[in-house]
Amino acid sequence: MKLMTLLLGAGATLALAPAAMAERGADGHVNVIYSQAPSILNPYLSSGTKDIEAASLIIEPLIRYDETGQILPWLVEEVPTLENGGVSEDLTTITYKIKPGLKWSDGTDFTAEDAVFTAEYCMHPEGGCAQLAKFEGVASVTAPDPLTVVVTFEAPKPFPYGPFSGGQSPIIQKAQFADCLGARAPECTDANFMPIGTGGFKVDEFRPNDVITLSANPEYRDPAKPAFATMTFKGGGDAAAAARAVLETGEFDYAWNTQLAPEVLEEMMKGGKGTLVNAFGTLVERIEINMTDPSPDLPEGERSTAMHPHPILSDIRVRTALSKAIDRQLLSDIGYGEAGRPTCNLVPAPAMFASTDNTGCIPQDMEGAKALLDEAGWTDTDGDGVRDKDGMKFSMVYQTSTNAVRQDFQAIIKQWWEELGVEVELKNVDGSVFFGGDPGSPDTFQKFYADVEMYANNFDGTDPESYLAMYTCDKAPKPETQWQGENINRFCDPAYDALVAELGQTGELEKRGEIARKLNDMLTKESMVIIPLVDRGRLSAHANTLGGVVLNTWDSELWNAADWYRIK
Amino acid sequence: MLTYTFRRLLIAIPTLLFISLIIFLLLDLAPGDPLAQMPLTVPPEVKQKMREALGLGEPIHIRYALWLKQFFIVEPLHIFDAMFGTNIGGDAQRIISWQTRSPVADIIAQRIPQTLWVVGLAYVVGVAIALPIGIISAYKQYSWFDQIGTFISMIGFSVPTFFTGVVLIIIFAVNLQWFPSIYNTTHKVTDWDSFVFQLRQMAMPVAVLALYNASQISRFMRASMLDNLRQDYVRTARAKGLKERVVVLTHVLRNSMIPVVTVIALGVPTIFGGAIITEQVFKVNGLGQLLITAIHANDLPMVQTLTFIFAILIVLFNLVADILYGILDPRIRYD
Repeated sequence: MKLMTLLLGAGATLALAPAAMAERGADGHVNVIYSQAPSILNPYLSSGTKDIEAASLIIEPLIRYDETGQILPWLVEEVPTLENGGVSEDLTTITYKIKPGLKWSDGTDFTAEDAVFTAEYCMHPEGGCAQLAKFEGVASVTAPDPLTVVVTFEAPKPFPYGPFSGGQSPIIQKAQFADCLGARAPECTDANFMPIGTGGFKVDEFRPNDVITLSANPEYRDPAKPAFATMTFKGGGDAAAAARAVLETGEFDYAWNTQLAPEVLEEMMKGGKGTLVNAFGTLVERIEINMTDPSPDLPEGERSTAMHPHPILSDIRVRTALSKAIDRQLLSDIGYGEAGRPTCNLVPAPAMFASTDNTGCIPQDMEGAKALLDEAGWTDTDGDGVRDKDGMKFSMVYQTSTNAVRQDFQAIIKQWWEELGVEVELKNVDGSVFFGGDPGSPDTFQKFYADVEMYANNFDGTDPESYLAMYTCDKAPKPETQWQGENINRFCDPAYDALVAELGQTGELEKRGEIARKLNDMLTKESMVIIPLVDRGRLSAHANTLGGVVLNTWDSELWNAADWYRIK
Repeated sequence: MLTYTFRRLLIAIPTLLFISLIIFLLLDLAPGDPLAQMPLTVPPEVKQKMREALGLGEPIHIRYALWLKQFFIVEPLHIFDAMFGTNIGGDAQRIISWQTRSPVADIIAQRIPQTLWVVGLAYVVGVAIALPIGIISAYKQYSWFDQIGTFISMIGFSVPTFFTGVVLIIIFAVNLQWFPSIYNTTHKVTDWDSFVFQLRQMAMPVAVLALYNASQISRFMRASMLDNLRQDYVRTARAKGLKERVVVLTHVLRNSMIPVVTVIALGVPTIFGGAIITEQVFKVNGLGQLLITAIHANDLPMVQTLTFIFAILIVLFNLVADILYGILDPRIRYD
């Protein structure tokens, strides 16, 4: 009898266990820490990663990317494509079918009107929308019925998944934001701090630049999720403190961006409370070469412009030599540890767009580099250790933003280049000035008053079209455009421009991949205008008791927070 | 005394206006861009539109005048409205932070409690430790107590708080696990347990700051006591047959307090300034942390408002120190 009861009891526990796990709020409380504190929960008013990711817990897009870069239908039935008829044959419209029965966290229905409103909100001329690029080329967004959203583009759009995709472009509630259009956007503090959403969590309290208190969304579409009833989202401090709080003291369950020196992390891992997760996206640390002459002897307005080609670096042999002298594996190990890997590509991922045979730059080849410089006519005629040609010394200014890893890289690379017989002057500029784009400052990366410069860049989502299109002739920063423009190198190749134009008219994915790979090769191994160094991944930490974490570099890191659970 | 106070208050007005202009110009002319931290994936045209939406397109004198109006008229009206439930302020544009797009004053109000609790308490604790140490050290000059006191205050004075803070975290949070390493700003004290938790989470930041404050003030106290102990009136008091207790704690202490009170009063504005480094180390999101993040993000309205509030406090507490002088020392009269 007793045995029987015991067995029954055991059976009942077993049967109940999955049921208990599949109940909303059953796992209590979860703590998340971001070393940068969110300032606002409206991604349309801020493009800071911290703000976008925090907001992604609450508001959601129609489609989003999974950890492999695949597009997932999120609030819609399926991803519209040419094959299923969701994208029109002429590539000018895309039609989304919203999942029926979706509700906002306040209990009202989620309809296509909300998507129409979201587009109106961001595209308002006075709003200063941070995600306007997502809506580029959109002519209109309409809702023929409450569950259908039709986006019409002004011209054929081969990659139509800009609006309403990923963490940057979620749907906001029309009822809540109706009075916040245009110049009035910043006045809606309550809406910007506590948006109503469809995501797994809703905001209970928002303290800007400090902490967010969230609880499970009672109207969430999956009645069994999220497993956590409440969440504290703490911001502030530094990456080391965040990592320590997860790995050593166990006070927090998830820490964002724990990018620290590899040996520091190793020490923290001994705490035994957490695990590091890493994933690679498209962020590439690179050296950009100035194809124009930045010499201070030139008059202001002509310096670093297409009027004067660079006297040294215009020669591809010289650029190739500079690349060959670099040991990328070593840089990656020193600077990024597990969160980095050497690369020769500007577009390192997703697989479809990444050039696979471009690996020639990985092994360091000092002798080959020296031979190339000799061949190009740069030899040390006066025996001072610096190569020269026609009375001109091979001397360069190498600039980057102020950042410990970048200064390490600068010092190491300078050593290699000096071994080649190149005189290198290092310079670092505070990030807010370097990336600030102030046309009056001589130190911005756009103005490029240096011979080479180093920084990292990536692209949103999975399609590199706009990223590769940055390097067309007309996008070079110049005085006439107030030094704005993305073609930092002033690279100019009509063949490249033509291929970019072709990419803009190609809808088939296979063909797009082929063109993108070719464009990538033209900028890297075929011209060496860009010297890619390290493919930088993301590194985050989570407690050993936190289950369901899937690190995603294509979308918000918290994209699947509704699926997180406590491992018991 | 009253006329003196009025005169000083009147002089403070042009001083503060001048300070506000200097702060505004310094911040405006300094390099930096509020949109610099945006990812490079945001195109320049979009950034330009955002800059215009922040009001950066206006010329500098218009922005300064607007800020003055907002700070001296709109914000006080809003505070008045919030206190009495009226609506005089109406829809007038308040000072808006560029980071959060919300009124600067609301965020400051949210941050003040944390700062007052931690930094304020540390100041009180620091003063409470410093005075006895200073008195005993001076009275028993060169005794072992004085030597140890000197040693500790030298450590407190010379070792930076970002170092002591991290050392405390590693010892007490990571190894011993007594205290949390991250301050919970949402914690509310409702019962005994939550009060104990509040004490535990304040222990480390308060200890770090108290050590720093105490070491400074105790040195002042000691020096001032030593000056007075050698005075003739002390010998007279002893000759009269007064008890040693009365001589030291009534006569000498009262006279020695005059410069120390000034130092303490002048230190009060720094409480409101928050402790930028300590707050950052312990994640106490107070005013210091607010200021440093605003500086990083080039959130000029926030930096401008905070620094100007600090300026007001410094001017105000200078006045308070001067008045206290007069009250403590009957020989000093300003009229």
